[in-house]
Amino acid sequence: MEKSKKKAREPWSQNDKIFLGILIPVLLLFFCFNTLPLIKGFYYGLTNFRGYGSYDFVGLRNFIDLFSDVRVGKSYLFTFKYAIVMTILVNLISLILALGLNRNIKGKNALRGIYFVPNILGGLVVGYIFSFVFTYILPAVGDMTGIGFLQNSMLASTKTAWIAIVIVGAWQGIAMNTIIYISGLQTVPEEVYEACMLDGASGWKKFSKITFPLIMPFFTINLVLCMKNALMVFDQIMSLTKGGPSQSTESISYLIYKNGMDGGQFGFQSANAFVFFIVIVVISFLQMKFLGGKEEQL
Amino acid sequence: MENKEKEIKEKNVAAAAAENDNAAENDKATENNNVNEPVELTEVAEGANTVAVVLNKNPETIPYRKTKKSQGVVGSKTVNRIINILLVIGCLTIFFPLYMTIIIAFKKPSEMTNDVAGALAFPEKWNFDNFAEAMRVTDFWHSLGNSILLTGVTVIICILLHSLAGYLIGRKMSKHKVFKASYFYIVSGMFVPFAVLMMPLVKQTAQLGIANRIGVIVLYVVFFMPMNIMLYTGYLKNIPMALEEAACVDGATAWQTYWKIIFPNMKPMHATVAVLTAMSTWNDVMTPLVIMSGTDQNTLPLAQLNFQSQFGTNYNLAFASYLLALLPILIFYIICQKQIINGVVNGAVK
Repeated sequence: MEKSKKKAREPWSQNDKIFLGILIPVLLLFFCFNTLPLIKGFYYGLTNFRGYGSYDFVGLRNFIDLFSDVRVGKSYLFTFKYAIVMTILVNLISLILALGLNRNIKGKNALRGIYFVPNILGGLVVGYIFSFVFTYILPAVGDMTGIGFLQNSMLASTKTAWIAIVIVGAWQGIAMNTIIYISGLQTVPEEVYEACMLDGASGWKKFSKITFPLIMPFFTINLVLCMKNALMVFDQIMSLTKGGPSQSTESISYLIYKNGMDGGQFGFQSANAFVFFIVIVVISFLQMKFLGGKEEQL
Repeated sequence: MENKEKEIKEKNVAAAAAENDNAAENDKATENNNVNEPVELTEVAEGANTVAVVLNKNPETIPYRKTKKSQGVVGSKTVNRIINILLVIGCLTIFFPLYMTIIIAFKKPSEMTNDVAGALAFPEKWNFDNFAEAMRVTDFWHSLGNSILLTGVTVIICILLHSLAGYLIGRKMSKHKVFKASYFYIVSGMFVPFAVLMMPLVKQTAQLGIANRIGVIVLYVVFFMPMNIMLYTGYLKNIPMALEEAACVDGATAWQTYWKIIFPNMKPMHATVAVLTAMSTWNDVMTPLVIMSGTDQNTLPLAQLNFQSQFGTNYNLAFASYLLALLPILIFYIICQKQIINGVVNGAVK
């Protein structure tokens, strides 16, 4: 096989053709189950399809109605509130945990292993277990200790139900982010800290000027991952509140599932899903653009 | 707000689980204190390398070791110890829900009282009736079989197909624009959440007659393709071209070269892909929920969902069922903890 160094306008060798020939079915498969449904989703968004029977084109009406629909608006508000609180909380706690777990402490490996456990458990079952904690254990604790706000189930009030979902989401999310931060902290060479010590920097200064800039790439990863997972929250909603009380905890994914699949809003929720897709793309690009330039290299 | 609740939860946990978990932790803590003296020297040497070395090199400091060292070194050591204790206490937030699940799963409904102590105390008798009943009601073995089948087949296809596609793209990306475009086309699929594609996919799989386990596997294979191809293409840079060229000289075809030379060489990445794919597949609810809803097949999480809507009020039975659902992955984690953590970290970082 001959290989020339030129990159552009190279002739297709036999080998290249074989490669492309094998790749095309894979691309087709991907197109059929990823791009095609996306296009179809947009198409359904232009109709008043209820999921069954016949339907008519309604133009962009669904897309316009989205912006005045209270329930959709509420679900976006809830999802963003949840995602932002989750991202901040999870990153803060997991960074602190990672700093602790990266020190010279006893049983370091065992502790790391234990802190990772929530990540491997399924969100649905974890949600069911926590649902019991919120409905029985915490109110019982509230009664016993006389702490007022614990006495009623957190899941029953529109004001606190979302906090319960954040707690469960964070319980699981922290595990993943901590491990990523630890692997980030391990990339910082010991000499940097030694130099740091000689210069007399310690504590907060050491962290903010040395450690944090060096683990910036990992911070970016965690931010993007955490935000993405939080925006798509579904399992926890399904098991903890089912969108209640009074639709205060309906995430976008959950609303699409509920009204699109069972609620006869197939067309309308398809439009919603397409807008949701655009929102995710925009957020991901913004995050990468905003954070990508801030990394420090050793 | 958040912190307060956590604190309260922790206190609550500490109080409630005093008999068992905490006793062990206390033992550990006292042990730490007892070991204090003998460990000091070695810990000094290990813990705060530089300071200790600097101090030791100065002969004058030896008689005053205790007082002098207590300045810089013991300081960081106490900090370490405090952090250690805090981290161990923090573990209770992990253990508490699991502990509660186990305890409730073994109890009878009559043993459940309304106060915390009643709910969290050990059962009178450790009996497995709840588990037997839960297995029967949720058709446990069948669901477990389905979960294993879906996860296993998905992982195998992903490794075979995605590594091949990653190889095809990775090797020709710099040569032809078509491959580069394919790469970006597939990888950009990462931005498409399943919820967005869900409704059209339900229609599509129904029309194709694969609204069953086969359809779910196909969807998984497509859904994990962007990330896996990115991982494989990235890893390919570690495998020198010389390997393939040598094989080519020996008269091997491209197909043979791939399966005999490249595929075995990508082993570390296979492990990462397997772990990531398996974890997401095993715990996924949404895909089987919407695609397989017409069949009477269940996966392990799906069985919990159906069970919850039918028998949700019998908490003892429910928790036995949850525990059964969590056990396989927990056991798997305990056995291959290192590989799982490595896989997850590799996947996220690369």
